[in-house]
Amino acid sequence: MRVMAQMGMVMNLDKCIGCHTCSVTCKQAWTNRSGVEYVWFNNVETRPGQGYPRTYEDQEKWKGGWQVGRNGKLQLRTGSRLKRLLQIFSSPKMPSIQEYYEPWTYDYETLTNAPLQEHTPVAQPRSLLTNEPMNIEWSANWDDNLGGAPELTQQDPVLQKISAEIKEKFEQTYMFYLPRICEHCINPSCAASCPSGAIYKREEDGIVLVDQDRCRGWRQCVTGCPYKKVYFNHRTGKAEKCTFCFPRVEVGIPTVCSETCVGRLRYIGIVLYDADRVLEAASTPDDQDLYMAQRSIILDPHDPQVIRAAEQAGISRDWIESAQRSPIYSLITRFEVALPLHPEYRTMPMVWYIPPLSPVVDALTDTGHDGEDAGNIFGAIESLRIPVEYLAELFAAGDTNLVTGVLKKLGAMRAYMRDLNLGRPADESIATAVGMTGQDIQDMHRLLAIAKYDERYVIPQIHAEQGPRQEEFDSGCSLDYDDGPGMGGWGPFGEASGGTTPIAVENFHMLAARQTADTMAAPGDKAQRVNLLNWDGKGAPEGLFPDRAEDDGVGSDSPAVTEPKP
Amino acid sequence: MSALEILLWVVLPYVSLAIFIGGHIWRYKYDKFGWTTRSSQLYERKLLRWGSPLFHFGILAALIGHVAGLGIPKSWTDAVGISEAMYHAMAVGIGAIAGFCTLAGLAILIYRRRTVGPVFSATTKNDKFMYVFLTVTILTGLTNTVLGALPDHVGYRETVSPWFRSIFYFNPQAELMADAALGFKVHAVSALLLFAIWPFTRLVHVFSAPLGYFTRPYIVYRSRDQHLGNRATPRGWDRVGGPRS
Repeated sequence: MRVMAQMGMVMNLDKCIGCHTCSVTCKQAWTNRSGVEYVWFNNVETRPGQGYPRTYEDQEKWKGGWQVGRNGKLQLRTGSRLKRLLQIFSSPKMPSIQEYYEPWTYDYETLTNAPLQEHTPVAQPRSLLTNEPMNIEWSANWDDNLGGAPELTQQDPVLQKISAEIKEKFEQTYMFYLPRICEHCINPSCAASCPSGAIYKREEDGIVLVDQDRCRGWRQCVTGCPYKKVYFNHRTGKAEKCTFCFPRVEVGIPTVCSETCVGRLRYIGIVLYDADRVLEAASTPDDQDLYMAQRSIILDPHDPQVIRAAEQAGISRDWIESAQRSPIYSLITRFEVALPLHPEYRTMPMVWYIPPLSPVVDALTDTGHDGEDAGNIFGAIESLRIPVEYLAELFAAGDTNLVTGVLKKLGAMRAYMRDLNLGRPADESIATAVGMTGQDIQDMHRLLAIAKYDERYVIPQIHAEQGPRQEEFDSGCSLDYDDGPGMGGWGPFGEASGGTTPIAVENFHMLAARQTADTMAAPGDKAQRVNLLNWDGKGAPEGLFPDRAEDDGVGSDSPAVTEPKP
Repeated sequence: MSALEILLWVVLPYVSLAIFIGGHIWRYKYDKFGWTTRSSQLYERKLLRWGSPLFHFGILAALIGHVAGLGIPKSWTDAVGISEAMYHAMAVGIGAIAGFCTLAGLAILIYRRRTVGPVFSATTKNDKFMYVFLTVTILTGLTNTVLGALPDHVGYRETVSPWFRSIFYFNPQAELMADAALGFKVHAVSALLLFAIWPFTRLVHVFSAPLGYFTRPYIVYRSRDQHLGNRATPRGWDRVGGPRS
């Protein structure tokens, strides 16, 4: 047993409202640069839909990920190493910019420079690749909210796999959102495809990164990744990908996408896994057994044997404790409600999803039934508006029983908790029906519905003794101890002397202060101030304006006696 | 021997070789980030699908041909019993095929570079400058090969090849080159100039041919401790047992 720690994420799709805040903040943080205009490390897809880049899930076409060869051995879908190197000059399976979208800006200058004319000037779209005027025909979320359905949506590779009968249900449109980042796979096919060996998996936390100094732009990783989450920077000629915001994660702060998620649907934590059994698990012959195979390499962080092996592998005590408190471990292994995205790609992805249940309760209520009654929910799950077959193709290699099981647990949680909330005795039979106990259901409910910041994000930090080595602490000021002069106070040579405090540290302290403060904001003279929300607009109550100097006096035009104009 | 001949066949080769080697070392040390193929495949795929493999495989074949033609002395091939006629037929035959593939590929790639908007926008002055030398070198090389098929051809194995080898013995024999045909002279000079600008162009990607891919494990694990952030580890903070910097 070789224990390794892996950073991972779980997203609760029931809570995603498709607001794209994660995408936008991620883009602002990482890809608002020339050369990666078209790149979204985080994107939110409407499903059913073609995704970004278009039809990326069609591995017959794009050849991403791994497959089990005729000899039972795991190999990349693109073939042998030799074959890949022979194709290096034209990399035939790499999507072109049209599959993503041609990035553009607008000719805003026309709006201010145009001569006087009869019609209002228009800012024309211009390609960011050629600077020529262009027609906008596609973008990263062109089919957002089923835009262009059913024509565009019929090309969804996942939809094409399921039965015609379900496709017809399009009449009663269904959709949900799927936010996607790099999966930081345990068995990453992008890294395996890289001829230069520039893509590596960090030993400490399993984050998959591209070494920009070693990447030579062979583009094989773009083809190798079945999720198409490695991108080619067309200005620098280097591959770029989601970094799991490692400079933030290293200091214990969640990723930008998680931090800014308005639905609070993301959970971050680590799991311990047995690195020796990865190949064996990824080589499982039947696609539908891959979920359990991946579960089987995830180790129980409470098991004394595992703890001992982890310590021997150099994993520190606080990391093991983090693994024990890990929300993603609970969702994956204890409650068994999180599922991997496309386990059949055999990359052992580590961003997992709780499939969406949403429309079932409303749908049941609409038909005159009690939507939250356990019996009704269980019966209805298989006739959900989001077909279980579709979810199964996404999260379980087509195994509908697995998805139904998860949805039943989510339904059971609603029914069980409703009884508690209404002051009725808990019905243990609901919990038993889905193989859980009442306590399990309450714990799961807490994690899914109530969990606060420190429960959703259990992120072990890089150690203090490694301080100066940390990405954001690399100023390494020796005065940066608690309440020391370096901690935001004065340096030894007056204000602002010494290095600057890293922004992430500042944000972290501010956030901590905000989360532990009693009020939203508490200025010193708060008690004397007028709350403008309660002010009726008449007169000027005391405290509306700051005190004037004594000698100024109160004149006839003083605000205190001015009547507001009608 | 005139001063010009000394300049062309003694000074230029050594200057060019020195820039070639020193330039690559400098570039690798200071511009690892810029060391890339700068692929334009993202912009355009169809023309590249034909042009790029034609060019690259063609020029790789030409490289092997050069190694054989320039590196192996005539006495060696005579010794193993390869007749002049056999050698010549092989060199011209394979050389012409490789040369035409390279030229066809290059033509497609240059056409693509000029006509496909995004690819043209991404072409730097450096690229254009390099293309001139590359094209001249390939054109003269191919011309020499084709002319070599004529009955009254002038060989290179007793002039150019020994001169080329003599450079590496540090005993340059410029007089050999003085007797070579004009075509070979032009080809050699343009190639030497190309080698001199090589380290400063995108051609550096030739030296990252990923042969290590065959022997490394699929998944690369690396500790974040090796080198963190943009700065080197501050003095006094080296880990116990870590490398001394």
